[in-house]
Amino acid sequence: MTFPWRRLPFFVFLTLATIAFVYPLVWLVSASLKPRSQVFDNRLIPEIFQPSNYVRVWDAAPVLRWLTNSLTVGFMAAAAVTLSSALVAFGFAYFRFRGRNILFGILLSTMMLPGAVTMIPVYLIWNKLGMIDTQIPLWAQNLFGSAFYVFLLRQFFLGIPRELFEAARVDGCSYFAMFRRIAFPLCKPALVIVFVFEFKASWSDLMKPLIYLQTTEYFTMPRGLKQIIDAFALSGHYEWEIAVAASVIAVVPMIILFAFGQRYILDGVATTAQKG
Amino acid sequence: MTTTVERPATSGQAEPARRRRPKRSPLAKREDRAGWLFISPWVIGFLIFTAGPMIASLVLSFTDYQMIQAPHAVGLDNYRELFDDPRVLKSLSNTFVYAAMFVPLGTVFALALAMMLQRVGKAGGFFRTAFYLPEMTPAVAAAAMFLLLLNGQQGLINKVLGWFGINGPNWTADPNWLKPSLAIVSLWTVGGTVIIYLAALNGVPKQLYEAAELDGAGPVTRFFKITVPMISGALFFTVITHTIAAMQMFDQAYTMFYGPQQKATASDESLVYMVYLFQNAFQFFKMGFASAMAWLLFVIILLITFLQVRIGNRYVYYHGER
Repeated sequence: MTFPWRRLPFFVFLTLATIAFVYPLVWLVSASLKPRSQVFDNRLIPEIFQPSNYVRVWDAAPVLRWLTNSLTVGFMAAAAVTLSSALVAFGFAYFRFRGRNILFGILLSTMMLPGAVTMIPVYLIWNKLGMIDTQIPLWAQNLFGSAFYVFLLRQFFLGIPRELFEAARVDGCSYFAMFRRIAFPLCKPALVIVFVFEFKASWSDLMKPLIYLQTTEYFTMPRGLKQIIDAFALSGHYEWEIAVAASVIAVVPMIILFAFGQRYILDGVATTAQKG
Repeated sequence: MTTTVERPATSGQAEPARRRRPKRSPLAKREDRAGWLFISPWVIGFLIFTAGPMIASLVLSFTDYQMIQAPHAVGLDNYRELFDDPRVLKSLSNTFVYAAMFVPLGTVFALALAMMLQRVGKAGGFFRTAFYLPEMTPAVAAAAMFLLLLNGQQGLINKVLGWFGINGPNWTADPNWLKPSLAIVSLWTVGGTVIIYLAALNGVPKQLYEAAELDGAGPVTRFFKITVPMISGALFFTVITHTIAAMQMFDQAYTMFYGPQQKATASDESLVYMVYLFQNAFQFFKMGFASAMAWLLFVIILLITFLQVRIGNRYVYYHGER
Protein backbone atom coordinates (compact mmCIF):
# COMPACT_ATOMS: atom_id res chain seq x y z
CA MET A 1 0.00 0.00 0.00
CA THR A 2 1.37 3.35 -0.93
CA PHE A 3 0.93 6.35 1.25
CA PRO A 4 -1.70 8.73 -0.16
CA TRP A 5 0.68 11.64 -0.73
CA ARG A 6 -1.98 13.79 -2.29
CA ARG A 7 -3.89 13.67 0.95
CA LEU A 8 -0.88 14.56 3.05
CA PRO A 9 -1.77 18.26 3.40
CA PHE A 10 -5.19 17.29 4.72
CA PHE A 11 -3.64 15.00 7.29
CA VAL A 12 -1.28 17.76 8.36
CA PHE A 13 -4.09 20.28 8.80
CA LEU A 14 -6.35 17.81 10.55
CA THR A 15 -3.57 16.84 12.91
CA LEU A 16 -2.95 20.50 13.72
CA ALA A 17 -6.66 20.95 14.35
CA THR A 18 -6.69 17.84 16.54
CA ILE A 19 -3.88 19.33 18.61
CA ALA A 20 -5.84 22.58 18.94
CA PHE A 21 -8.93 20.69 20.09
CA VAL A 22 -7.37 18.08 22.34
CA TYR A 23 -4.15 19.59 23.66
CA PRO A 24 -5.86 22.10 25.99
CA LEU A 25 -7.48 19.20 27.83
CA VAL A 26 -4.17 17.34 28.05
CA TRP A 27 -2.55 20.53 29.28
CA LEU A 28 -5.32 20.88 31.86
CA VAL A 29 -4.65 17.43 33.28
CA SER A 30 -0.93 18.06 33.34
CA ALA A 31 -1.34 21.49 34.97
CA SER A 32 -3.54 19.97 37.66
CA LEU A 33 -0.56 17.95 38.83
CA LYS A 34 1.84 20.90 39.08
CA PRO A 35 2.70 23.15 42.02
CA ARG A 36 1.28 26.66 41.80
CA SER A 37 4.47 28.31 40.60
CA GLN A 38 4.63 25.96 37.62
CA VAL A 39 1.02 25.81 36.48
CA PHE A 40 1.94 28.13 33.65
CA ASP A 41 5.21 26.49 32.64
CA ASN A 42 3.50 24.72 29.73
CA ARG A 43 5.50 21.55 30.16
CA LEU A 44 3.56 18.47 29.24
CA ILE A 45 5.19 16.34 31.94
CA PRO A 46 5.19 18.28 35.22
CA GLU A 47 8.68 18.95 36.55
CA ILE A 48 7.44 18.36 40.05
CA PHE A 49 4.46 16.04 40.42
CA GLN A 50 2.01 17.38 42.97
CA PRO A 51 -1.03 15.10 42.99
CA SER A 52 -1.82 16.55 46.41
CA ASN A 53 -3.67 19.31 44.52
CA TYR A 54 -6.58 16.90 44.30
CA VAL A 55 -6.47 16.22 48.01
CA ARG A 56 -6.50 19.96 48.63
CA VAL A 57 -9.53 20.47 46.37
CA TRP A 58 -11.25 17.73 48.28
CA ASP A 59 -10.45 19.51 51.57
CA ALA A 60 -11.20 23.01 50.35
CA ALA A 61 -14.62 22.29 48.90
CA PRO A 62 -17.31 19.59 49.14
CA VAL A 63 -16.41 18.27 45.71
CA LEU A 64 -17.83 14.82 46.30
CA ARG A 65 -21.17 16.37 47.22
CA TRP A 66 -21.07 18.50 44.09
CA LEU A 67 -20.32 15.46 41.96
CA THR A 68 -23.15 13.42 43.44
CA ASN A 69 -25.48 16.42 43.14
CA SER A 70 -24.60 16.80 39.47
CA LEU A 71 -25.07 13.08 38.91
CA THR A 72 -28.46 13.08 40.62
CA VAL A 73 -29.71 16.20 38.89
CA GLY A 74 -28.33 15.03 35.55
CA PHE A 75 -29.96 11.62 35.89
CA MET A 76 -33.32 13.04 36.97
CA ALA A 77 -33.27 15.66 34.23
CA ALA A 78 -32.32 13.16 31.53
CA ALA A 79 -34.68 10.39 32.64
CA ALA A 80 -37.60 12.80 33.03
CA VAL A 81 -37.12 14.47 29.68
CA THR A 82 -36.60 11.19 27.82
CA LEU A 83 -39.77 9.57 29.17
CA SER A 84 -42.03 12.59 28.89
CA SER A 85 -40.76 13.66 25.46
CA ALA A 86 -41.19 10.11 24.18
CA LEU A 87 -44.81 10.00 25.38
CA VAL A 88 -45.61 13.35 23.82
CA ALA A 89 -43.76 12.53 20.62
CA PHE A 90 -45.72 9.29 20.29
CA GLY A 91 -48.93 11.23 20.81
CA PHE A 92 -48.03 13.58 17.98
CA ALA A 93 -46.73 10.84 15.70
CA TYR A 94 -49.41 8.19 15.97
CA PHE A 95 -52.74 9.77 16.81
CA ARG A 96 -54.92 11.99 14.72
CA PHE A 97 -56.81 14.27 17.03
CA ARG A 98 -58.41 17.65 16.79
CA GLY A 99 -55.96 20.50 17.17
CA ARG A 100 -52.92 18.32 16.58
CA ASN A 101 -51.32 20.38 13.83
CA ILE A 102 -51.87 23.67 15.60
CA LEU A 103 -50.43 22.28 18.82
CA PHE A 104 -47.45 20.85 17.02
CA GLY A 105 -46.87 24.21 15.39
CA ILE A 106 -46.95 25.87 18.80
CA LEU A 107 -44.52 23.26 20.11
CA LEU A 108 -42.08 23.98 17.30
CA SER A 109 -42.33 27.72 17.74
CA THR A 110 -41.51 27.49 21.45
CA MET A 111 -38.01 26.48 20.39
CA MET A 112 -37.46 30.03 19.19
CA LEU A 113 -38.34 31.49 22.56
CA PRO A 114 -35.26 32.64 24.47
CA GLY A 115 -35.13 31.20 27.99
CA ALA A 116 -34.79 34.75 29.32
CA VAL A 117 -38.46 35.49 28.63
CA THR A 118 -39.80 32.82 30.96
CA MET A 119 -36.86 32.79 33.37
CA ILE A 120 -38.16 35.34 35.87
CA PRO A 121 -41.81 34.18 36.21
CA VAL A 122 -40.64 30.56 36.44
CA TYR A 123 -38.31 31.61 39.23
CA LEU A 124 -41.24 33.31 40.96
CA ILE A 125 -43.30 30.11 40.65
CA TRP A 126 -40.61 28.02 42.32
CA ASN A 127 -40.18 30.76 44.89
CA LYS A 128 -43.92 30.59 45.70
CA LEU A 129 -43.67 26.83 46.04
CA GLY A 130 -40.78 27.23 48.48
CA MET A 131 -38.43 25.32 46.21
CA ILE A 132 -35.60 27.87 46.12
CA ASP A 133 -32.34 26.38 47.30
CA THR A 134 -33.48 22.87 46.43
CA GLN A 135 -32.46 20.93 43.36
CA ILE A 136 -36.01 20.31 42.20
CA PRO A 137 -36.25 23.36 39.88
CA LEU A 138 -33.14 22.10 38.09
CA TRP A 139 -34.95 19.10 36.63
CA ALA A 140 -38.68 19.12 37.43
CA GLN A 141 -39.60 21.09 34.33
CA ASN A 142 -38.25 18.19 32.29
CA LEU A 143 -41.21 16.09 33.39
CA PHE A 144 -43.26 18.00 30.84
CA GLY A 145 -41.16 17.19 27.81
CA SER A 146 -38.89 19.43 25.80
CA ALA A 147 -39.86 20.74 22.38
CA PHE A 148 -36.64 19.84 20.60
CA TYR A 149 -36.61 16.25 21.86
CA VAL A 150 -40.32 15.82 21.09
CA PHE A 151 -39.64 16.95 17.56
CA LEU A 152 -36.67 14.61 17.23
CA LEU A 153 -38.41 11.55 18.69
CA ARG A 154 -41.53 12.18 16.64
CA GLN A 155 -39.39 11.88 13.51
CA PHE A 156 -38.14 8.51 14.73
CA PHE A 157 -41.63 7.28 15.64
CA LEU A 158 -42.92 8.28 12.21
CA GLY A 159 -40.28 5.98 10.76
CA ILE A 160 -41.90 2.91 12.34
CA PRO A 161 -44.19 1.17 9.84
CA ARG A 162 -47.79 1.88 10.80
CA GLU A 163 -48.78 -1.71 10.08
CA LEU A 164 -46.94 -2.79 13.22
CA PHE A 165 -49.29 -0.70 15.32
CA GLU A 166 -52.39 -1.70 13.37
CA ALA A 167 -51.53 -5.36 13.88
CA ALA A 168 -51.11 -4.77 17.58
CA ARG A 169 -54.48 -3.01 17.69
CA VAL A 170 -56.15 -5.99 16.04
CA ASP A 171 -54.57 -8.21 18.67
CA GLY A 172 -56.22 -6.09 21.33
CA CYS A 173 -53.20 -4.09 22.40
CA SER A 174 -53.98 -0.90 24.31
CA TYR A 175 -52.60 2.44 23.17
CA PHE A 176 -50.21 2.62 26.06
CA ALA A 177 -49.02 -0.93 25.46
CA MET A 178 -48.36 0.03 21.84
CA PHE A 179 -46.12 2.78 23.07
CA ARG A 180 -44.37 0.69 25.69
CA ARG A 181 -44.04 -2.58 23.75
CA ILE A 182 -43.49 -1.34 20.19
CA ALA A 183 -42.55 2.31 19.85
CA PHE A 184 -40.31 2.59 22.89
CA PRO A 185 -38.11 -0.46 22.25
CA LEU A 186 -37.82 0.25 18.53
CA CYS A 187 -36.52 3.76 19.14
CA LYS A 188 -33.99 2.85 21.80
CA PRO A 189 -31.02 4.43 19.96
CA ALA A 190 -32.90 7.73 19.67
CA LEU A 191 -33.90 7.57 23.33
CA VAL A 192 -30.28 6.99 24.31
CA ILE A 193 -29.29 10.06 22.28
CA VAL A 194 -31.90 12.18 24.04
CA PHE A 195 -30.82 10.88 27.43
CA VAL A 196 -27.14 11.53 26.79
CA PHE A 197 -27.70 15.00 25.31
CA GLU A 198 -29.85 16.08 28.23
CA PHE A 199 -27.44 14.61 30.75
CA LYS A 200 -24.61 16.54 29.13
CA ALA A 201 -26.65 19.74 29.01
CA SER A 202 -27.63 19.38 32.65
CA TRP A 203 -24.05 18.59 33.65
CA SER A 204 -22.70 21.80 32.17
CA ASP A 205 -25.61 24.11 33.02
CA LEU A 206 -24.54 27.13 35.04
CA MET A 207 -27.52 29.48 34.82
CA LYS A 208 -30.10 27.43 36.72
CA PRO A 209 -27.81 26.50 39.62
CA LEU A 210 -26.84 30.19 39.85
CA ILE A 211 -30.48 31.18 40.06
CA TYR A 212 -31.81 28.47 42.33
CA LEU A 213 -29.01 27.25 44.62
CA GLN A 214 -27.59 29.16 47.57
CA THR A 215 -26.22 26.55 49.96
CA THR A 216 -22.75 25.37 48.98
CA GLU A 217 -23.62 21.75 49.79
CA TYR A 218 -26.41 21.74 47.19
CA PHE A 219 -24.24 23.08 44.34
CA THR A 220 -23.72 21.15 41.16
CA MET A 221 -20.21 20.74 39.79
CA PRO A 222 -20.18 23.77 37.42
CA ARG A 223 -21.70 25.98 40.11
CA GLY A 224 -19.08 24.76 42.55
CA LEU A 225 -16.29 25.36 40.10
CA LYS A 226 -17.54 28.88 39.57
CA GLN A 227 -17.56 29.31 43.35
CA ILE A 228 -13.91 28.27 43.54
CA ILE A 229 -12.95 30.77 40.83
CA ASP A 230 -15.00 33.52 42.48
CA ALA A 231 -13.30 32.86 45.81
CA PHE A 232 -9.93 33.65 44.24
CA ALA A 233 -11.21 36.82 42.67
CA LEU A 234 -12.67 37.88 46.02
CA SER A 235 -9.53 37.19 48.00
CA GLY A 236 -7.13 38.29 45.26
CA HIS A 237 -5.24 35.08 46.02
CA TYR A 238 -5.24 32.94 42.90
CA GLU A 239 -4.68 29.29 43.63
CA TRP A 240 -4.75 28.22 40.01
CA GLU A 241 -3.64 24.65 40.67
CA ILE A 242 -6.83 24.16 42.71
CA ALA A 243 -9.06 25.63 39.99
CA VAL A 244 -7.36 23.45 37.40
CA ALA A 245 -7.73 20.29 39.45
CA ALA A 246 -11.41 21.08 40.07
CA SER A 247 -11.91 21.64 36.34
CA VAL A 248 -10.44 18.22 35.63
CA ILE A 249 -12.85 16.69 38.14
CA ALA A 250 -15.75 18.40 36.33
CA VAL A 251 -14.61 17.18 32.91
CA VAL A 252 -13.69 13.56 33.65
CA PRO A 253 -17.24 12.16 34.08
CA MET A 254 -18.19 13.64 30.71
CA ILE A 255 -15.13 12.11 29.05
CA ILE A 256 -16.09 8.74 30.53
CA LEU A 257 -19.62 9.15 29.22
CA PHE A 258 -18.19 10.03 25.82
CA ALA A 259 -15.87 7.02 25.85
CA PHE A 260 -18.82 4.67 26.40
CA GLY A 261 -21.44 6.41 24.30
CA GLN A 262 -19.16 7.73 21.57
CA ARG A 263 -20.84 6.05 18.64
CA TYR A 264 -24.32 6.96 19.83
CA ILE A 265 -23.30 10.55 20.49
CA LEU A 266 -21.49 11.21 17.22
CA ASP A 267 -24.16 9.54 15.09
CA GLY A 268 -26.75 11.35 17.15
CA VAL A 269 -25.24 14.73 16.39
CA ALA A 270 -25.20 13.91 12.69
CA THR A 271 -28.81 12.71 12.60
CA THR A 272 -30.28 15.46 14.75
CA ALA A 273 -29.26 18.03 12.19
CA GLN A 274 -30.59 15.98 9.29
CA LYS A 275 -33.89 15.34 10.97
CA GLY A 276 -34.01 18.97 12.06
CA MET B 1 -28.96 22.40 20.49
CA THR B 2 -32.36 23.37 21.75
CA THR B 3 -33.36 25.62 18.96
CA THR B 4 -34.39 24.96 15.44
CA VAL B 5 -36.29 26.46 12.61
CA GLU B 6 -39.99 26.19 12.39
CA ARG B 7 -41.12 23.99 9.59
CA PRO B 8 -44.59 23.17 8.37
CA ALA B 9 -45.95 20.86 10.99
CA THR B 10 -47.30 18.17 8.71
CA SER B 11 -44.73 15.86 7.27
CA GLY B 12 -47.30 14.52 4.87
CA GLN B 13 -45.38 11.70 3.27
CA ALA B 14 -44.99 9.83 6.56
CA GLU B 15 -48.69 9.33 7.30
CA PRO B 16 -50.51 8.87 4.04
CA ALA B 17 -52.95 6.29 5.35
CA ARG B 18 -55.04 8.54 7.53
CA ARG B 19 -55.52 11.56 5.38
CA ARG B 20 -59.31 11.47 5.03
CA ARG B 21 -61.26 12.20 8.13
CA PRO B 22 -64.27 9.90 8.46
CA LYS B 23 -67.25 10.92 10.50
CA ARG B 24 -66.37 10.75 14.13
CA SER B 25 -66.91 7.15 15.05
CA PRO B 26 -66.55 5.97 18.64
CA LEU B 27 -63.10 4.75 17.67
CA ALA B 28 -62.11 8.19 16.39
CA LYS B 29 -63.32 9.69 19.63
CA ARG B 30 -61.25 7.24 21.58
CA GLU B 31 -58.24 8.07 19.48
CA ASP B 32 -58.90 11.75 20.11
CA ARG B 33 -58.87 11.15 23.82
CA ALA B 34 -55.79 8.94 23.72
CA GLY B 35 -53.90 11.47 21.64
CA TRP B 36 -54.64 14.25 24.07
CA LEU B 37 -53.70 11.99 26.95
CA PHE B 38 -50.29 11.26 25.42
CA ILE B 39 -49.48 14.88 24.75
CA SER B 40 -50.98 16.12 28.02
CA PRO B 41 -47.60 16.36 29.82
CA TRP B 42 -46.43 18.84 27.24
CA VAL B 43 -49.72 20.76 27.19
CA ILE B 44 -49.67 21.14 30.98
CA GLY B 45 -45.99 22.07 30.98
CA PHE B 46 -46.56 24.53 28.17
CA LEU B 47 -49.34 26.27 30.07
CA ILE B 48 -47.45 26.40 33.39
CA PHE B 49 -43.88 26.98 32.27
CA THR B 50 -44.19 28.74 28.91
CA ALA B 51 -47.52 30.40 28.14
CA GLY B 52 -48.24 31.56 31.68
CA PRO B 53 -44.72 32.88 32.30
CA MET B 54 -44.73 34.62 28.91
CA ILE B 55 -47.82 36.58 29.87
CA ALA B 56 -46.48 37.18 33.37
CA SER B 57 -43.17 38.41 32.02
CA LEU B 58 -44.91 40.76 29.59
CA VAL B 59 -47.00 42.15 32.45
CA LEU B 60 -43.95 42.43 34.72
CA SER B 61 -42.13 44.39 32.05
CA PHE B 62 -44.61 47.23 32.59
CA THR B 63 -44.07 47.23 36.34
CA ASP B 64 -41.48 48.00 38.94
CA TYR B 65 -40.90 44.78 40.85
CA GLN B 66 -38.07 44.23 43.31
CA MET B 67 -39.57 41.18 45.05
CA ILE B 68 -39.95 43.06 48.35
CA GLN B 69 -43.27 44.68 47.55
CA ALA B 70 -45.96 43.77 45.09
CA PRO B 71 -45.22 44.97 41.56
CA HIS B 72 -46.64 48.36 40.69
CA ALA B 73 -47.34 49.59 37.21
CA VAL B 74 -44.91 52.07 35.71
CA GLY B 75 -46.18 52.12 32.14
CA LEU B 76 -43.46 52.26 29.56
CA ASP B 77 -40.73 53.32 31.98
CA ASN B 78 -38.78 50.08 31.71
CA TYR B 79 -38.82 50.24 27.93
CA ARG B 80 -37.70 53.86 28.02
CA GLU B 81 -34.90 52.85 30.37
CA LEU B 82 -33.76 50.23 27.85
CA PHE B 83 -32.75 53.05 25.56
CA ASP B 84 -31.51 55.37 28.29
CA ASP B 85 -29.32 52.84 30.06
CA PRO B 86 -26.04 52.92 28.15
CA ARG B 87 -25.12 49.47 29.47
CA VAL B 88 -28.10 47.91 27.69
CA LEU B 89 -26.92 49.25 24.37
CA LYS B 90 -23.32 48.41 25.23
CA SER B 91 -24.20 44.83 26.13
CA LEU B 92 -26.28 44.52 22.98
CA SER B 93 -23.49 45.75 20.76
CA ASN B 94 -21.01 43.48 22.58
CA THR B 95 -23.29 40.53 21.87
CA PHE B 96 -23.57 41.49 18.20
CA VAL B 97 -19.81 41.87 17.87
CA TYR B 98 -19.26 38.50 19.50
CA ALA B 99 -21.88 36.86 17.27
CA ALA B 100 -20.44 38.55 14.19
CA MET B 101 -17.05 37.04 15.02
CA PHE B 102 -18.16 33.60 16.13
CA VAL B 103 -20.91 32.68 13.65
CA PRO B 104 -19.03 33.30 10.36
CA LEU B 105 -15.69 32.05 11.70
CA GLY B 106 -17.30 28.98 13.23
CA THR B 107 -19.13 28.16 9.99
CA VAL B 108 -16.08 28.55 7.75
CA PHE B 109 -13.77 26.78 10.17
CA ALA B 110 -16.16 23.86 10.66
CA LEU B 111 -16.83 23.54 6.93
CA ALA B 112 -13.10 23.53 6.13
CA LEU B 113 -12.48 20.80 8.69
CA ALA B 114 -15.47 18.75 7.51
CA MET B 115 -14.29 18.92 3.88
CA MET B 116 -10.82 17.75 4.87
CA LEU B 117 -12.31 14.97 7.00
CA GLN B 118 -14.29 13.79 4.00
CA ARG B 119 -11.12 13.45 1.98
CA VAL B 120 -9.10 11.32 4.38
CA GLY B 121 -11.43 8.32 4.30
CA LYS B 122 -11.33 5.86 7.18
CA ALA B 123 -8.95 7.94 9.31
CA GLY B 124 -11.75 10.50 9.58
CA GLY B 125 -13.31 8.53 12.41
CA PHE B 126 -10.40 9.27 14.73
CA PHE B 127 -10.40 12.98 13.94
CA ARG B 128 -14.16 13.19 14.31
CA THR B 129 -13.91 11.83 17.85
CA ALA B 130 -11.06 14.19 18.69
CA PHE B 131 -12.94 17.22 17.38
CA TYR B 132 -16.01 16.43 19.44
CA LEU B 133 -14.12 16.03 22.71
CA PRO B 134 -14.29 19.75 23.63
CA GLU B 135 -18.07 19.67 23.28
CA MET B 136 -18.16 17.29 26.22
CA THR B 137 -16.36 19.82 28.41
CA PRO B 138 -18.72 21.77 30.69
CA ALA B 139 -18.72 25.44 29.71
CA VAL B 140 -17.49 26.57 33.11
CA ALA B 141 -14.51 24.21 33.00
CA ALA B 142 -13.69 25.30 29.44
CA ALA B 143 -13.90 28.95 30.45
CA ALA B 144 -11.67 28.41 33.49
CA MET B 145 -9.17 26.59 31.31
CA PHE B 146 -9.10 29.32 28.69
CA LEU B 147 -8.67 31.95 31.38
CA LEU B 148 -5.27 30.32 31.92
CA LEU B 149 -4.46 29.49 28.31
CA LEU B 150 -5.24 33.05 27.23
CA ASN B 151 -3.28 34.63 30.07
CA GLY B 152 -1.37 37.55 28.59
CA GLN B 153 1.97 37.01 30.27
CA GLN B 154 2.27 33.28 30.72
CA GLY B 155 -0.52 31.67 28.76
CA LEU B 156 0.11 28.85 26.31
CA ILE B 157 -1.62 30.61 23.44
CA ASN B 158 0.65 33.63 23.55
CA LYS B 159 3.64 31.36 23.91
CA VAL B 160 2.68 29.55 20.70
CA LEU B 161 2.11 32.89 18.96
CA GLY B 162 5.56 33.87 20.19
CA TRP B 163 7.14 31.03 18.20
CA PHE B 164 5.91 32.81 15.08
CA GLY B 165 7.22 36.12 16.30
CA ILE B 166 3.75 37.40 17.16
CA ASN B 167 3.48 39.35 20.36
CA GLY B 168 0.12 38.12 21.62
CA PRO B 169 -2.26 40.57 23.28
CA ASN B 170 -3.34 40.53 26.87
CA TRP B 171 -6.45 38.55 25.92
CA THR B 172 -8.33 38.43 29.19
CA ALA B 173 -7.41 41.89 30.50
CA ASP B 174 -7.14 44.22 27.53
CA PRO B 175 -10.67 45.58 26.92
CA ASN B 176 -10.18 45.33 23.15
CA TRP B 177 -9.50 41.60 23.27
CA LEU B 178 -12.23 40.35 25.61
CA LYS B 179 -14.74 39.59 22.87
CA PRO B 180 -12.20 37.84 20.64
CA SER B 181 -11.30 35.76 23.71
CA LEU B 182 -14.92 34.73 24.11
CA ALA B 183 -15.10 33.89 20.41
CA ILE B 184 -12.00 31.69 20.74
CA VAL B 185 -13.54 29.76 23.64
CA SER B 186 -16.68 29.20 21.54
CA LEU B 187 -14.68 28.21 18.46
CA TRP B 188 -13.01 25.52 20.50
CA THR B 189 -16.38 23.76 20.76
CA VAL B 190 -17.21 23.78 17.07
CA GLY B 191 -16.74 20.01 16.71
CA GLY B 192 -20.46 19.22 16.66
CA THR B 193 -20.89 21.51 13.67
CA VAL B 194 -18.04 19.72 11.88
CA ILE B 195 -19.91 16.44 12.33
CA ILE B 196 -23.16 17.94 11.02
CA TYR B 197 -21.37 19.27 7.94
CA LEU B 198 -19.57 15.99 7.37
CA ALA B 199 -22.90 14.13 7.38
CA ALA B 200 -24.29 16.67 4.91
CA LEU B 201 -21.23 16.41 2.65
CA ASN B 202 -21.48 12.63 2.61
CA GLY B 203 -25.04 12.99 1.36
CA VAL B 204 -24.01 14.84 -1.80
CA PRO B 205 -24.19 12.44 -4.79
CA LYS B 206 -20.73 11.75 -6.22
CA GLN B 207 -22.05 11.81 -9.80
CA LEU B 208 -22.60 15.54 -9.54
CA TYR B 209 -18.89 16.11 -9.02
CA GLU B 210 -17.95 13.66 -11.76
CA ALA B 211 -20.30 15.30 -14.21
CA ALA B 212 -19.04 18.74 -13.32
CA GLU B 213 -15.45 17.60 -13.67
CA LEU B 214 -16.20 16.23 -17.15
CA ASP B 215 -17.67 19.60 -18.03
CA GLY B 216 -14.38 21.17 -16.98
CA ALA B 217 -15.44 22.75 -13.68
CA GLY B 218 -12.49 23.48 -11.42
CA PRO B 219 -12.42 22.86 -7.68
CA VAL B 220 -13.55 26.39 -6.84
CA THR B 221 -16.51 26.22 -9.21
CA ARG B 222 -17.42 22.78 -7.91
CA PHE B 223 -17.31 24.07 -4.34
CA PHE B 224 -19.59 27.05 -5.00
CA LYS B 225 -21.88 25.41 -7.58
CA ILE B 226 -22.25 21.95 -6.07
CA THR B 227 -21.01 21.64 -2.50
CA VAL B 228 -22.47 24.84 -1.08
CA PRO B 229 -25.92 24.51 -2.67
CA MET B 230 -26.17 20.80 -1.85
CA ILE B 231 -25.36 21.29 1.84
CA SER B 232 -27.14 24.64 2.10
CA GLY B 233 -29.79 23.06 4.33
CA ALA B 234 -27.20 22.12 6.95
CA LEU B 235 -25.42 25.47 6.61
CA PHE B 236 -28.69 27.31 7.06
CA PHE B 237 -29.67 25.24 10.09
CA THR B 238 -26.35 25.76 11.86
CA VAL B 239 -26.11 29.47 11.08
CA ILE B 240 -29.56 30.06 12.56
CA THR B 241 -29.00 27.94 15.66
CA HIS B 242 -25.54 29.45 16.22
CA THR B 243 -26.88 32.97 15.89
CA ILE B 244 -29.68 32.32 18.36
CA ALA B 245 -27.24 30.68 20.77
CA ALA B 246 -24.70 33.48 20.37
CA MET B 247 -27.32 36.10 21.17
CA GLN B 248 -27.94 34.24 24.44
CA MET B 249 -24.31 33.50 25.31
CA PHE B 250 -23.85 33.53 29.07
CA ASP B 251 -21.79 30.74 30.66
CA GLN B 252 -18.35 31.58 29.30
CA ALA B 253 -18.63 35.34 29.69
CA TYR B 254 -20.02 35.06 33.20
CA THR B 255 -17.41 32.51 34.30
CA MET B 256 -14.47 34.40 32.87
CA PHE B 257 -15.33 37.99 33.68
CA TYR B 258 -18.21 38.25 36.14
CA GLY B 259 -19.31 37.05 39.51
CA PRO B 260 -20.41 38.34 42.88
CA GLN B 261 -17.13 40.21 43.33
CA GLN B 262 -18.01 42.72 40.58
CA LYS B 263 -14.82 44.71 40.45
CA ALA B 264 -15.56 48.41 40.07
CA THR B 265 -12.78 48.65 37.53
CA ALA B 266 -14.13 45.80 35.43
CA SER B 267 -14.51 46.77 31.83
CA ASP B 268 -17.92 46.65 30.17
CA GLU B 269 -16.38 45.26 26.99
CA SER B 270 -17.20 41.68 27.99
CA LEU B 271 -20.71 42.50 29.21
CA VAL B 272 -22.89 40.40 26.94
CA TYR B 273 -26.65 40.85 26.96
CA MET B 274 -27.59 37.78 29.00
CA VAL B 275 -25.01 38.61 31.67
CA TYR B 276 -26.49 42.08 32.11
CA LEU B 277 -30.02 40.67 32.09
CA PHE B 278 -29.05 38.10 34.70
CA GLN B 279 -27.45 40.77 36.88
CA ASN B 280 -30.54 42.96 36.68
CA ALA B 281 -32.87 40.09 37.52
CA PHE B 282 -30.97 38.23 40.22
CA GLN B 283 -28.32 40.58 41.56
CA PHE B 284 -30.01 43.99 41.41
CA PHE B 285 -33.50 42.40 41.66
CA LYS B 286 -34.91 44.75 39.03
CA MET B 287 -37.32 42.07 37.83
CA GLY B 288 -39.52 44.41 35.83
CA PHE B 289 -36.62 45.94 33.95
CA ALA B 290 -35.06 42.51 33.35
CA SER B 291 -38.38 41.32 31.88
CA ALA B 292 -38.37 44.24 29.47
CA MET B 293 -34.80 43.30 28.52
CA ALA B 294 -35.94 39.74 27.90
CA TRP B 295 -38.70 40.90 25.55
CA LEU B 296 -36.29 43.12 23.67
CA LEU B 297 -34.02 40.11 23.21
CA PHE B 298 -36.95 38.02 22.01
CA VAL B 299 -37.94 40.63 19.44
CA ILE B 300 -34.34 40.96 18.22
CA ILE B 301 -33.96 37.18 17.88
CA LEU B 302 -37.28 36.98 16.03
CA LEU B 303 -36.21 39.72 13.63
CA ILE B 304 -32.81 38.17 12.94
CA THR B 305 -34.28 34.71 12.41
CA PHE B 306 -37.04 36.08 10.20
CA LEU B 307 -34.43 37.84 8.09
CA GLN B 308 -32.28 34.72 7.89
CA VAL B 309 -35.26 32.59 6.90
CA ARG B 310 -36.21 35.10 4.20
CA ILE B 311 -32.71 35.07 2.79
CA GLY B 312 -32.40 31.33 3.31
CA ASN B 313 -35.58 30.46 1.44
CA ARG B 314 -34.13 32.10 -1.61
CA TYR B 315 -30.97 29.99 -1.60
CA VAL B 316 -31.50 26.84 0.40
CA TYR B 317 -31.96 23.66 -1.55
CA TYR B 318 -33.61 20.72 0.19
CA HIS B 319 -32.98 17.42 -1.44
CA GLY B 320 -34.07 13.86 -0.83
CA GLU B 321 -36.65 13.13 1.80
CA ARG B 322 -37.77 16.67 2.36
